[in-house]
Amino acid sequence: MSASPQAVVIGSSAGALEALSRILSVLPATFILPVIAVVHLPPDKRSILAELLQARCAVRVREAEDKEPITPGTIYFAPPDYHLLVEMDRSLSLSSDEPVLFSRPSIDVLFESAADAYGCGLLGVVLTGANHDGARGLNAIVEGGGSAIVQDPDSAFAPAMPQAAIEACPNARVLSVDAIASYLQEIGRS
Amino acid sequence: MKETAPQKIEDIEIRLLLEALYLKYHYDFRNYAMASVKRRLRQAREQLGFDTFSAMQERLLHEPAMLPRILGYLTVQVSEMFRDPSYFRALREKVVPHLRTYPSLRVWIAGCSGGEELYSFSILFREEGLEERTLFYATDINPDALHAAEAGVFAVDRLQLFTENHRKSGGKSSLSDYYQAAYGRASFDKGLRRNVVFSDHSLVTDAVFAEMQLISCRNVLIYFDRNLQDRALGLFKDSLARRGFLGLGAKESLRFSEHAGAFVDFVREEKIYQRRAP
Ligand SMILES: C[S@@+](CC[C@H](N)C(=O)[O-])C[C@H]1O[C@@H](n2cnc3c(N)ncnc32)[C@H](O)[C@@H]1O
Repeated sequence: MSASPQAVVIGSSAGALEALSRILSVLPATFILPVIAVVHLPPDKRSILAELLQARCAVRVREAEDKEPITPGTIYFAPPDYHLLVEMDRSLSLSSDEPVLFSRPSIDVLFESAADAYGCGLLGVVLTGANHDGARGLNAIVEGGGSAIVQDPDSAFAPAMPQAAIEACPNARVLSVDAIASYLQEIGRS
Repeated sequence: MKETAPQKIEDIEIRLLLEALYLKYHYDFRNYAMASVKRRLRQAREQLGFDTFSAMQERLLHEPAMLPRILGYLTVQVSEMFRDPSYFRALREKVVPHLRTYPSLRVWIAGCSGGEELYSFSILFREEGLEERTLFYATDINPDALHAAEAGVFAVDRLQLFTENHRKSGGKSSLSDYYQAAYGRASFDKGLRRNVVFSDHSLVTDAVFAEMQLISCRNVLIYFDRNLQDRALGLFKDSLARRGFLGLGAKESLRFSEHAGAFVDFVREEKIYQRRAP
């Protein structure tokens, strides 16, 4: 695989909560990488995702704020109804641009901007989901020299999203949720 | 210094394009949040059929007709009437009682897009009996958006959402009282813009122009970098009367700003601030 990652981006929709909590809850408090995640949610819902996951995780989990510098060992979630982007100086930006593939936040928007900012230092992960968001973004990550992991569609609650990601990135590693969790633990060791 | 990826040709071209846009047409996007600018310029390049940003720059410099098209990509025109109804409810319930104590009011809607936010305010002010004493300034940098705002015509398929938002904001009337629908378009009552000045004004390059009791600037600052956000917030600070109100978008705040000290939280959850007495 490419150079050891400096950041991880994750995208998921249907079935996300379960998959994410299995992955994120095993990360130790000493985990050093930033993780930036987009999960599709109904737009008018006040997000309780970060709170829910914080209760189950040792690492810091928060909802991303506009122009916030990215800190190591922190998991950021896009707020509902805003796109989340990574700037070249590695801070976060929100935008209220049109939905992309009917989604806001959009996984592609996050992944493409993170690929620009981190290049080969980025790991992209696509998990369970029922649409095709993330495929184009994961491809941008690979094109930029970063690495790609996709949840094994057979084990996914909704296989469409991982399947589309694999089609767009045939060289992505295909792993179970538990294998993804162990891999992250390994690369995030201080 | 943080390490950043070595500069790619595309990044160089984008900087040059923005410089050209500024030097030739005085639109200054150079300090906007670049990730979003880049994304939108990529869309523009693809959809307008240019191979490179350099080619796009050449056309932009030599053909003024390109300007509105590129501007359309760079300025995001996503809006709704009574967007975030809880914001308008807070204005109605918490800010309006203060505004009632003034014999005349000036209200600035900065970055008004196609007018959705402005009409929300003028309807709310009519419902609350403040319309007659209020002068609204609705400003934006996109001329097409300003024209749309002045026309006050919206596609009828958006009205269901607007009506629902208006109701949730504590609306005291029915939204349908304010427009007439025909041929798929809803035209809003001309009376709603009788006391409105529409004007081209940039938060990046222009100055303060009047003293306000209330400024609403929503979902504009997120497109700026931190320095530019501070510049705009400085304008608002200088433009507000003492104890005047400032409302920002749901994900915008004064928290990281050098001007934070000039304001107090008024309705914290809704990002409504009040200017401290200097
Ligand atoms: C996403 S829209 C927000 C519309 C509305 N305020 C709302 O919240 O629904 C952003 C608007 O800001 C305008 N804008 C961008 N740069 C600006 C600037 N420098 N000065 C004033 N307005 C600007 C854009 O043209 C666009 O109409």
